[in-house]
Amino acid sequence: MSLEVAGPGRAKSDGPLKLAVPRGALLEGTLDLLDAAGIETAPVRGESRALIFPGEEMSLVTMRPSDVPTYVEAGAADVGITGKDVLLEQSDRMVYELLDLGYGRCRMVLAGRKGDESLGESQRRLGMMRIATKYPRVAERHFEATGRQVEAIEVKGSIELAPLIGLADGIVDLVATGRTLEENDLEVREEIVECTARFVANRVAHKLRAAEVDRLTAKLREAAAR
Amino acid sequence: MIHPIPPGTRDILPDEMRELRRLHRDLIEVFEGRGYGEVATPAIEYDEVLSRGDGRTAGSAFRFFDERGDLLALRSDMTVPLARLVASRFATAEPPLRLCYLANAFRAVRPQRGQMREFAQAGVELIGAPAPQGTAEVVEVLEAALDAAGLDRAVIGLGDADLYRQLLAELGVEGSDRDPILERLAMHDLVGLEVELSQAGIGEDQVATCAALSQLRGGREVLDQARELGGAAVERATARLGETLEALERRGAADRVQIDLGLLRDLGYYSGAILEVYDPALGHVLGGGGRYDGLLRRFGLDLPAAGFALYLERVHLAQMEESRRGEDK
Repeated sequence: MSLEVAGPGRAKSDGPLKLAVPRGALLEGTLDLLDAAGIETAPVRGESRALIFPGEEMSLVTMRPSDVPTYVEAGAADVGITGKDVLLEQSDRMVYELLDLGYGRCRMVLAGRKGDESLGESQRRLGMMRIATKYPRVAERHFEATGRQVEAIEVKGSIELAPLIGLADGIVDLVATGRTLEENDLEVREEIVECTARFVANRVAHKLRAAEVDRLTAKLREAAAR
Repeated sequence: MIHPIPPGTRDILPDEMRELRRLHRDLIEVFEGRGYGEVATPAIEYDEVLSRGDGRTAGSAFRFFDERGDLLALRSDMTVPLARLVASRFATAEPPLRLCYLANAFRAVRPQRGQMREFAQAGVELIGAPAPQGTAEVVEVLEAALDAAGLDRAVIGLGDADLYRQLLAELGVEGSDRDPILERLAMHDLVGLEVELSQAGIGEDQVATCAALSQLRGGREVLDQARELGGAAVERATARLGETLEALERRGAADRVQIDLGLLRDLGYYSGAILEVYDPALGHVLGGGGRYDGLLRRFGLDLPAAGFALYLERVHLAQMEESRRGEDK
């Protein structure tokens, strides 16, 4: 039984399906995928600074990638697209991960300064490394899983700065081309995990709007496979 | 002066309390009207007794010593304390037994998530009535409770707790290999599920079957779709679900039930039918339940059992959203 609910209202699952679209690095790939799936994206591509783009079948809501799990878990957005890096860092958010969309491919790595041994030296002499990262939980899990201790220092801005001026021995960050590392005289020491864009759904929307969610999932799967 | 209370706890002030009290009264009236007698149990029990119910997941988050050095625990749900109560007080009573409750339970929270350490639950336990009739009765009471709360759009998901355990056994995956797969299934992480299944050495076709099975939800047609995917475990689970559905249809209580083969509750004591409650007005699950035919045996009384619990604060929130929606029309 699929519950088709029509009409406006404050109630969360009413009206067109709400899709959370990530701004930033994943935006271009997301819009291309939506185009390929036959979903109208021209208003989002325009100059508008609006955050919500209502559509007949589906409304697009743009937000920071790291906010997508928050909105989807609460049901404020029914479905969403965000990076696996975000899902790993916020692994306690109850969202259904339905598809690997394949684009936005990058690697989560541990990096240190070229020719600099402070990572190994801290590990040897202090029993622990200091790591600057936007992903403290991913970093802690990686070091725990490999039997080492870490002090994960959470920073918000340019991570590359931290080892250069002595805040940390190294960094855990996402790398796409490796150019930023190169420009800052940093090199990859360990690969942690590969990340791509994922399609996620709210638990209740997945049940109560099953037909719509399944239809969208099928469309996205087909578009992503092309 | 502001005096803090611990995170995840809260005060309830008169306006909210008045509405909650009305909800409490309506629910207990439904339960009592169907022969479910209200009981209360202590919030603190011996840890050894509570962890007998399920050591792995339903264990208490709050344990402490009393003045004699005994280890006590705050209950994390009402199903385990009621199993203890029935085994101790009603061991010789003629089954089935019908009990209901309205009580606070306590769980650990993850920080800064707005989760509650102390929360109110209302529910029933039907002890000594096997599937499918016992399950159907519990679903019928749940529907009446949702009606009494004014949630006429609410939907009850009906799944089978044994499906994947048996399916994986059939595919030769058992023991420690099985747990990460069940965990992915419970989280509905389909991408991770396919990875775990492949690592367990399962063929590509069967990986696809498992993933497809977990996405089947809807009306009776779902059972046929599942059977087409094949296997003895699927056959048994769909037969159990079909029997429950028929029992519900005979009672005229199947309208708001959604068969859901992806349903997997994380409490370790469930067996057979499992339930979850959703309302379109809320992004969170309103409550759940199911069968736990093996639980009473752990307390020395071999009786089948089923029940459900509703999270009262969430039901109240859904009531508020639904009444707003009514005003908007």
